[in-house]
Amino acid sequence: MSNMVNLTINGIAVSVEEDKTILEAAKELHIKIPTLCYHKDLCVAGNCRVCVVEQVGNHKLVASCATPVSEGMEINTNTLKVRNCRKHIIELLLTEHREECTKCYRNGHCELQELSAEYQITNQDFIDLVPDKNYTIDMLSPAIEKDDSKCIRCQRCVRTCAEIQSVGAIAVAHKGSEMKISTFFDRSLDEVVCTNCGQCIVHCPTGALTEKSYVEKVWDAIADPEAHVVVQTAPAVRVGLGEELGLGSGTRVTEKMVSALRRLGFDSVLDTNFTADLTIMEEGTELLTRLKRALVEDDPDVALPMATSCSPGWVKYIEHKYPEYLPNLSTCKSPQQMFGALAKTYYAKNIKVAPENIVSVSIMPCTAKKFEANRPEMKDSGYKDVDFVLTTRELAVMIRQAGIEFEKLNDESFDSIMGIGSGAGVIFGATGGVMEAALRTAYEIVTGREVPFDNLEITPVRGLEGVKEATVKIEGTVKEWDFLEGVELKCAVTNGLENAHQLMEAIKRGDKFYHFIEIMACPGGCLGGGGQPFPVDNEIRLKRMEAIYAEDRDLPIRKSHENPEIIQIYKEFLEKPLSHKSHKLLHTSYVKREQY
Amino acid sequence: MTTTKKQLHRIDLIFKNEDDCKEILRNALSRSDQEIVNEMVNSGLKGRGGAGFPTGLKWKLTAESKEKEKYVICNADEGEPGTFKDREILTRVPHKVLSGMAICAKIIGAQKGYIYLRGEYKFLVPDLKKELRKFHDILDELGLDFRVDIFLGSGAYICGEESALIESMEGKRGEPRNKPPFPSVKGFKGKPTVVNNVETLAHSYTILKFGAKKFRDLGVKDSRGSKVFSVSGDTPIPGIYELELGMTVQDFVDDFSDGDCKAVQVGGASGFLVPRKRFGKTTIGYQGKLTGISLPTGGSMMIFNSSRSMYNVLNNYLDFFEEESCGQCTPCRVGCQQLLKGIKAVKRGEKPTSYLNQLLKLTETMKLTAKCGLGQSVANSFSSIVENFREEMIY
Ligand SMILES: Cc1cc2nc3c(=O)[nH]c(=O)nc-3n(C[C@H](O)[C@H](O)[C@H](O)COP(=O)(O)O)c2cc1C
Ligand code: SF4
Ligand code: SF4
Ligand code: SF4
Ligand code: SF4
Ligand code: FES
Repeated sequence: MSNMVNLTINGIAVSVEEDKTILEAAKELHIKIPTLCYHKDLCVAGNCRVCVVEQVGNHKLVASCATPVSEGMEINTNTLKVRNCRKHIIELLLTEHREECTKCYRNGHCELQELSAEYQITNQDFIDLVPDKNYTIDMLSPAIEKDDSKCIRCQRCVRTCAEIQSVGAIAVAHKGSEMKISTFFDRSLDEVVCTNCGQCIVHCPTGALTEKSYVEKVWDAIADPEAHVVVQTAPAVRVGLGEELGLGSGTRVTEKMVSALRRLGFDSVLDTNFTADLTIMEEGTELLTRLKRALVEDDPDVALPMATSCSPGWVKYIEHKYPEYLPNLSTCKSPQQMFGALAKTYYAKNIKVAPENIVSVSIMPCTAKKFEANRPEMKDSGYKDVDFVLTTRELAVMIRQAGIEFEKLNDESFDSIMGIGSGAGVIFGATGGVMEAALRTAYEIVTGREVPFDNLEITPVRGLEGVKEATVKIEGTVKEWDFLEGVELKCAVTNGLENAHQLMEAIKRGDKFYHFIEIMACPGGCLGGGGQPFPVDNEIRLKRMEAIYAEDRDLPIRKSHENPEIIQIYKEFLEKPLSHKSHKLLHTSYVKREQY
Repeated sequence: MTTTKKQLHRIDLIFKNEDDCKEILRNALSRSDQEIVNEMVNSGLKGRGGAGFPTGLKWKLTAESKEKEKYVICNADEGEPGTFKDREILTRVPHKVLSGMAICAKIIGAQKGYIYLRGEYKFLVPDLKKELRKFHDILDELGLDFRVDIFLGSGAYICGEESALIESMEGKRGEPRNKPPFPSVKGFKGKPTVVNNVETLAHSYTILKFGAKKFRDLGVKDSRGSKVFSVSGDTPIPGIYELELGMTVQDFVDDFSDGDCKAVQVGGASGFLVPRKRFGKTTIGYQGKLTGISLPTGGSMMIFNSSRSMYNVLNNYLDFFEEESCGQCTPCRVGCQQLLKGIKAVKRGEKPTSYLNQLLKLTETMKLTAKCGLGQSVANSFSSIVENFREEMIY
């Protein structure tokens, strides 16, 4: 344990570890110091200056987020000097800012708004700088909008994109009054290396970065009497939605979410977990096939490790940054897109609705899925497979607009078909979940026995750690797969693209060899996705994660291949994994993209 | 006009081109590190780059760190408008600067040094490289394991600020860092680093050659030695002058003005405006008990005669700050814009004259809360000009 340091804050003595900052020490005393540029997930920037406090003996104020504690330090957080300066700083920020809270996406969820309410900034003494600024709004991307007039230049997004995601799509450009957050040659986010992961959105304190909203489009579809509107809900939504509707983080709201969706007017409420299970069947078989080609047929062209492809942020990242590894990417579409392709084929036929009348909506914890749904490849049903993608946050908006008292709703269950998911499907929402689900099924296919972990819980691949590794020794194979006897299947799991970057570099250098890697673009996996509620930090991610695993534990079916609807679809429609039909509907291809 | 006064203040230490750096270094290498540090501390030399931090103490603090890898950086970014004293020093007596770097390296235990050269001074590179080759030969002969490279700056004024300078050397955007940690603890590549101004390093050569006493005998308490000034504005004799510290602004004006001086800006845009009524009471030197004001930054002295509009002067300074602020912190980025727009609005009558008081309060906030010296020192020129020439701001 590190050394302890004694200091006083507002006259109260406190003893904290020497590597703590004043801000952290104050938190221990339950003294709140306002912050804007500070975020637990990120390195300290110290640029907004609203967290300034007085240090006795120092004429200048110090930024509490950036100043380490020291022995004997005397800090005052609430003096006249501090309050006046803070007020000035907030006022200054507002003069550069197009204040239109009532028309703003972040109205009610904005840290700047909250702070100016706290400090009662009701006057506007300084000059409004906005009219002379050349602010632009970038609306080209199907996933993300960037409105510079709402930006307070805290650089949280820049740090997020660089530190957590190692993408660097956005950076600070120019200096002085012209300083702004920009992209390569100031292009639209749609035309640069941006992965649409939305992590910058969940880390932005204001309305400067938001998802492109499709709420109105979905309301229109629901109101259209011709349209049969189906909705699918991703696994992580059910453990995040509650936060937006006044419930504690990590509250499981699956059944209430289903009844809310029904009340909103969706014709059919279905579950992405179903196609998550289907992904396992397809991807698991793909993996085994690749292994067979490598181990039995000695095929030098087979690309290993095989990488998961259900995170469209990761897919776009690899397309930009590691195009030479595109053959390693599983050809499986994400569960969302599998669902979309089936909604307008299998499902349409089954319920006898013309596919052109089906509007397929998905609720995702993700902004990259908005981009994915708009990829030109995603029309294998003959129509746009997924018409509109809403985030968890947008669903909450609709629920509030509909006047639904969420907490009071009855529990309801998903419609069928394509409404049953297994526990393996639900854990797709957490980092390591795809790996765990795949192992549950693949191991059983190959050996005829359950994967050798207590209660099917493959704990080495769980948790928030950056890179997780697991080795599964395959023993007692059934005849068809006996070439795998004794093989140690090497797996790795990462979450957050910076970790993915580290893993890919290790693989590239030849330091590491794996058969199968799972990569999720967002920290914690989808539960920490760019479309999930504000705010987010590891504490919250862990709570959502616990909820995901609890869902798994409580489900009657916990392995994808045991899902009766999966068995049914192969029997009635797809025949078998990697069949001609699955190839057409469930698999895709990728493109090489530019580096910047 | 008597000339005794002039002789009193003009010093000729820095630019005297002695060719004895091998001797000085040999001698220094034979002394203990402790001895040299004491010599530096006793000389009273303070940094000539802006902040005025005692040089001996800076070296001592960096020497105390147990890290193996350390760096010496010569700050030759010289971005203050109207100053070119560092350029002159590097052109005329580069070996003194290099010797200062080598001694510093020996004491703190650095093997590598850099000259962070202002981009516009690129033309100095060939001569400096020649000088470096000669100097490296001398170091080899003396057995000192130290090498100096030149790093060409990117052109932004803020890159003269030591932590922004280091960021820019690390290939990042030139933005000042949070302090602490200071460069002496975590500098270039996260390692303990001494950043010294060109002139500071040249003075350390003088101190090693003549001893602390000779340096200390010049100047006054808190402000020892001589300093190179860039004199400009309404003067018949603009140029570079080495002067003894501790003179009053009146003394300076007597020597340099055209006879019609109404104010002197001491220390460039980040410095203070001294109006005529305070000439006699203001000593030119570092902030301390004796001096009326501090003399920050590169030693620019700008003389204004009665034909000058102080409104225009302030407007120019604010233009400069509004553009040269790195833009990262709120008080500086937005504060500068507000000040600039604010004085214009008052001048045009769009804001009441009392708005000036509000702007003065704003500069106080900037001084207290800005992240680096740039934003903190905008208040200096703003308040000294507005308070002394309020009428000129309004009419
Ligand atoms: C905005 C700004 C610009 C600066 N520009 C320079 C410069 O051009 N040259 C310089 O030596 N110091 C400059 N400084 C001061 C440096 O940060 C640092 O204090 C100095 O290089 C230390 O050397 P010294 O102790 O020898 O003065 C600047 C400081 C600020 C805040
Ligand atoms: S970003 Fe925040 S403060 Fe700005 S308009 Fe939107 S809600 Fe209001
Ligand atoms: S876009 Fe948001 S996160 Fe990025 S600098 Fe602006 S306000 Fe901060
Ligand atoms: S969406 Fe992701 S990749 Fe794109 S700018 Fe934001 S953080 Fe970077
Ligand atoms: S005070 Fe100005 S120059 Fe310094 S860090 Fe802040 S914005 Fe940048
Ligand atoms: S929160 Fe500390 S400076 Fe922004």
